[in-house]
Amino acid sequence: MKKAIITVVGKDTVGIIAKVCTYLSENKVNVLDISQTIVSGYFNMMMIVDLENSAVSYDTLVKELETVGEEIGVIIKIQLEDIFDMMHRI
Amino acid sequence: MINRSEIMETNQMIEKENLDVRTITLGISLMDCISTDLNEVCDKIYTKITTLAKDLVATGEEISKEYGIPIVNKRISLTPIALVGGAACKTPEDFVQIAKTLDKAAHAVGVNFIGGYSALVSKGMTTADRLLMESIPQALKETELICSSINVGSTRCGINMDAVRLMGDVVKQTAELTKEKDSFGCAKLVIFCNAPDDNPFMAGAFHGVTEADAIINVGVSGPGVVKKALEKARGQNFEVLCETIKKTAFKITRVGQLVAKRASEMLNVPFGIVDLSLAPTPAVGDSVAEILQEIGLEYPGAPGTTAALALLNDQVKKGGVMASSYVGGLSGAFIPVSEDQGMIDAVNAGCLTLEKLEAMTCVCSVGLDMIAIPGDTKATTISGIIADEMAIGMINQKTTACRLIPVIGKGVGEVAEFGGLLGYAPIMPVNNFGCDVFVNRTGRIPAPIHSFKN
Repeated sequence: MKKAIITVVGKDTVGIIAKVCTYLSENKVNVLDISQTIVSGYFNMMMIVDLENSAVSYDTLVKELETVGEEIGVIIKIQLEDIFDMMHRI
Repeated sequence: MINRSEIMETNQMIEKENLDVRTITLGISLMDCISTDLNEVCDKIYTKITTLAKDLVATGEEISKEYGIPIVNKRISLTPIALVGGAACKTPEDFVQIAKTLDKAAHAVGVNFIGGYSALVSKGMTTADRLLMESIPQALKETELICSSINVGSTRCGINMDAVRLMGDVVKQTAELTKEKDSFGCAKLVIFCNAPDDNPFMAGAFHGVTEADAIINVGVSGPGVVKKALEKARGQNFEVLCETIKKTAFKITRVGQLVAKRASEMLNVPFGIVDLSLAPTPAVGDSVAEILQEIGLEYPGAPGTTAALALLNDQVKKGGVMASSYVGGLSGAFIPVSEDQGMIDAVNAGCLTLEKLEAMTCVCSVGLDMIAIPGDTKATTISGIIADEMAIGMINQKTTACRLIPVIGKGVGEVAEFGGLLGYAPIMPVNNFGCDVFVNRTGRIPAPIHSFKN
């Protein structure tokens, strides 16, 4: 299983989770975990996703998620999980 | 499973505290390019570099996307060219032809710098070594991406004072030939004692003769991350201070290890080392000087600076060693002046002098780095400063280096502008009392007593 972390940060508005999840499901990216908070009007979401059956390349995911973010007015970033594992686990 | 605060911490480091992978450096051995025919040497070198390094830049960019971390530079280090060109080059101009070939190859593969226009002369100079050293001013004038380094001393061999004297002249000539760009050529020329074979950082990177055919070395940086972490340790004792630096260094180095492993896989080139160096840039919040200030100094240069820097350098190494299977290169804290806004401020405030910097180099990871001095400084004075710095390295069994820039046409109080990562530097006064008689003695300084460990 190849896991990645998606972070979404920006001004809160209706349908952010829906839009991101719709894009992911269309591309067969499975969501394993979601956590979300709003701090003084700012939306902050982190998702752990499984890229194993992703219909598109990683490169495309990076670009298209960025575009989805622009459409909703938030910043969406995807990173392979290894960087967090390496930094915080011995 | 990774939790929310860990994800936020990592991304905070990247987005706000300038954590980056400073360089992926591909080391390439050119030993198989040796020939007695100069054109053949150049052709072989060009082909080898452009074949082995053709995917280096694209690989760096791909890894950067995968982990969401900037990889600032992609570089190449080469077998010291004095060894490679020795059989073919009969004049300094012949070496310049190789330099131009290297520059062309570097442009072709899109790297930021190519290092290894070097000679290792800690005990003696071959004819080829001397020719290469004499060719440096012209080579740095006529090329854009080449970095040159000369190792003139070591703990095992002593200091080659003939080479030190020659390098004083070479630095001066390089300054003269690149004077229209504030003697910028000297920013790409470094003189070493105990130079490591696997350093990924410029201008001192070369691919040592003890290395394999090709190797990936990665340099990570992140002074901003250490500074930020230390803000939380204000008022705490030295134990807490040191633990904080160590833990932060560990985290930063782990990223380097990950990137190095990934690059090694993708390029099918063995992984060499991770070099964790706190390497500042002129950007605010990316400064080693600010760490020293956070530790408790008004400006770097104030009493206590050497002790604070010693502590910092040592804790960085301790944290880094645990984090990577192979740590190498220089690993520690760099203290260049022009590349660090905090250091520039300290010079302008009158707090930091060349002499204090010299003391600091006894405990930092390298040496007198990116220091602009008056253009009318004599070559023998430059040699004297080099000799002092080399002696510190030789006796203390550490790497030391000199990257001095005599800015032709400018004097104390004026500013040299280099641009980009190299920044700008206030010109610092130099002690101009004579050392000609000392420098003009021929031969070498013998190896120190503690080198006899056999």
